[in-house]
Amino acid sequence: MTQALSLRIAAMTGNRVVAEAMRQVNPDLVAAYPITPQTEAVEYFAQMVADGRVLTEFIPVESEHSSMSACIGAAVSGARAMTTTSSQGLALMWEMLYIASSLRLPIVMYVGNRALNSPLNIHCDHTDSMGARDAGWIQIYSEDCQELYHNIIMAVPIAERALLPVMICADGFTLTHTMERVELLPDEVVRQFVGEGDLHTFPYPLLDLDHPVMLGPNALPDYLTEHRYSLHVAVEAAPEIVRQVEEEFAALTGRTYGSLEAYRLEDADYGAVVLGSSVTNLKAAVDSLREEGFKVGVLKLRLFRPFPAQEVAQALAPLKGVAVFDRADSMDGAGGPLYKDICTALFDLPRRPFLHDFIYSLGGRDLFVEDATRALERIRALVEKREGRQAVSEYLQVRE
Amino acid sequence: MAVKKRPVVGVSELLQRPAPLAQGHRMCSGCSLPIVVNLALRSADTPVVVASPTGCLEITTSVYPHSAWNVPWFHSAFENAASTISGIEGAYKALVRKGKLPQEQRIKFVVIGGDGGTYDIGIQALSGAAERGHDFVYICTNNEGYQNTGNQRSGATTFAGQATTSPVGKVHRGKEQKRKNLTFIMAAHEIPYAAQATPFHFRDFIAKMRKALSVEGPAFLNVYQPCVSGWRFEADQAFEMCQLAVQTCLWPLYAVEDGRRWRITHKPAKKKPLEEWVKPQGRLRHLLRSENRDLLEELQRQVDEEWEFLLRMERATSDGA
Repeated sequence: MTQALSLRIAAMTGNRVVAEAMRQVNPDLVAAYPITPQTEAVEYFAQMVADGRVLTEFIPVESEHSSMSACIGAAVSGARAMTTTSSQGLALMWEMLYIASSLRLPIVMYVGNRALNSPLNIHCDHTDSMGARDAGWIQIYSEDCQELYHNIIMAVPIAERALLPVMICADGFTLTHTMERVELLPDEVVRQFVGEGDLHTFPYPLLDLDHPVMLGPNALPDYLTEHRYSLHVAVEAAPEIVRQVEEEFAALTGRTYGSLEAYRLEDADYGAVVLGSSVTNLKAAVDSLREEGFKVGVLKLRLFRPFPAQEVAQALAPLKGVAVFDRADSMDGAGGPLYKDICTALFDLPRRPFLHDFIYSLGGRDLFVEDATRALERIRALVEKREGRQAVSEYLQVRE
Repeated sequence: MAVKKRPVVGVSELLQRPAPLAQGHRMCSGCSLPIVVNLALRSADTPVVVASPTGCLEITTSVYPHSAWNVPWFHSAFENAASTISGIEGAYKALVRKGKLPQEQRIKFVVIGGDGGTYDIGIQALSGAAERGHDFVYICTNNEGYQNTGNQRSGATTFAGQATTSPVGKVHRGKEQKRKNLTFIMAAHEIPYAAQATPFHFRDFIAKMRKALSVEGPAFLNVYQPCVSGWRFEADQAFEMCQLAVQTCLWPLYAVEDGRRWRITHKPAKKKPLEEWVKPQGRLRHLLRSENRDLLEELQRQVDEEWEFLLRMERATSDGA
């Protein structure tokens, strides 16, 4: 348990703490490319390679398409591969994301969330990782640097047991560049937790020359459905693997996570749902509204893919209204991506809470506690029919 | 220049080695590609691991659940064979370093891909991998177009070449641009070895492949691979097309070491007029019409210019030995 571990207390940014976790994992191969806001993670790690602190083969590739391609090449070879990216880099990888999951490769990727061009903006929203939500990757969002550190470590056994790639998301600048107090685990504890992995962690490695394999063939209509279905089955099995790994991590460190965290929801009338670092702001808004007697809570979603629909439904079912905080717009006139998933989760309930979607904090715009408060008050006004709405979705902080 | 003779392995001896690419693939009748693959991979004295981009070779050898491959083989997408092999080679180094693979297991890493996946969509990944110096051999099987999808133009398509995306019509007369000189581009990366070959000149090809396998770092082989279906010549003429391409100097056989030492490995005794290479090809039939004489002359001019350039480069970079 925690008391028995000699934790190292440090002040680190999100990027620094990711590099530290990667050093402790000591993966076989890292292929990465600079892109703000995750660049420092690559830089810190390159320095660790240069200083001989890891045995990792580091490939400073010429693009993100190549970083994911090289990770895929390494993972099919039987190596433990990791990479990092953001925004345009993730968009450039898009083609390869689907290949990584379809080949069932346990690649771990850190994503420092950032808006997509145009106009160019280096700051946080979730448009980048939302574009990858159907790619067959496990997606986990982080609230703070401590959680980010733990997420990277837990991602390794999750990926290798599920044989699925894992994307650990952290809000650009808010986490990537903000120094926080973090408790670091001893190296040997991390190494023991993630294990060393061997050639056959991926069951049919290309470099097992005694058993030559063909990987990445073309499949015609007589087999493609079965390939897709095997991925579907793997994704369905993943939440249980995530739960097991989190349980083992909790036993080791005393830190309990879970697919989601319900904050002051147990007796609430209204709630919010949110991903990433903004949950901290929402908790502050909830606390102050509670002092005024407004019974609100917030649901923090950590595991976004596979989507924990049942748990979400259970947590939100008793509420009168839910404000969904979407840090990306689907641009289809039917609400943001998180909103749609929440709708799906609640659809089968005999009595559903009223839902309204707030597109918020695009391109790094701050979410002030007042903004969050305004959204929670609006959802109550909508339910009580004191206010009306033109659409299921509205922009929270827009100047019209 | 002192040309170091590489240890020669008899062709018949190479052909005794098990075929890396088995029969039963789905390539077109008369295609020279399986010969290129088997000659290249049989030239290796150590085990090989092969990656291919999307293309003719990939599509015809890997129709699930069948495989024509007797060696480990991997494909993932079109533009990334070089970055994929970077990851495989990097993984190999790390796995040996960490003791997850035996030290003594020497493996050579080979890419075999077409000109679309190499000249065009894959050139960034290839350039990056070459610059980083991974230990791999990249074989471009150059059939002058996207032949797997039915003869669309590529950066490798000859000037005036007719393709479905550079058709001959009332206003335009085939491809209006020169072909990209990728071998020059690769030589300019100053990699240990870059060369051009054809499967017809098999001794030259094997020697070049063995040289490519022997150097440490990237090696690039641009192998001419006439396409029965796209170029529309008779099914038994692929080797004749190779021969004519070399005799006309349309496809010069040469090698460049470290980007510095240029050497022509075969000089035709008498350079044939380009027309002889043009004649058997349906895709170039328009060049024989009198109103298109200027196109043929321009193509001949381009071919002559490159050949003269190569002769000058060979002279300029030979050290007098």
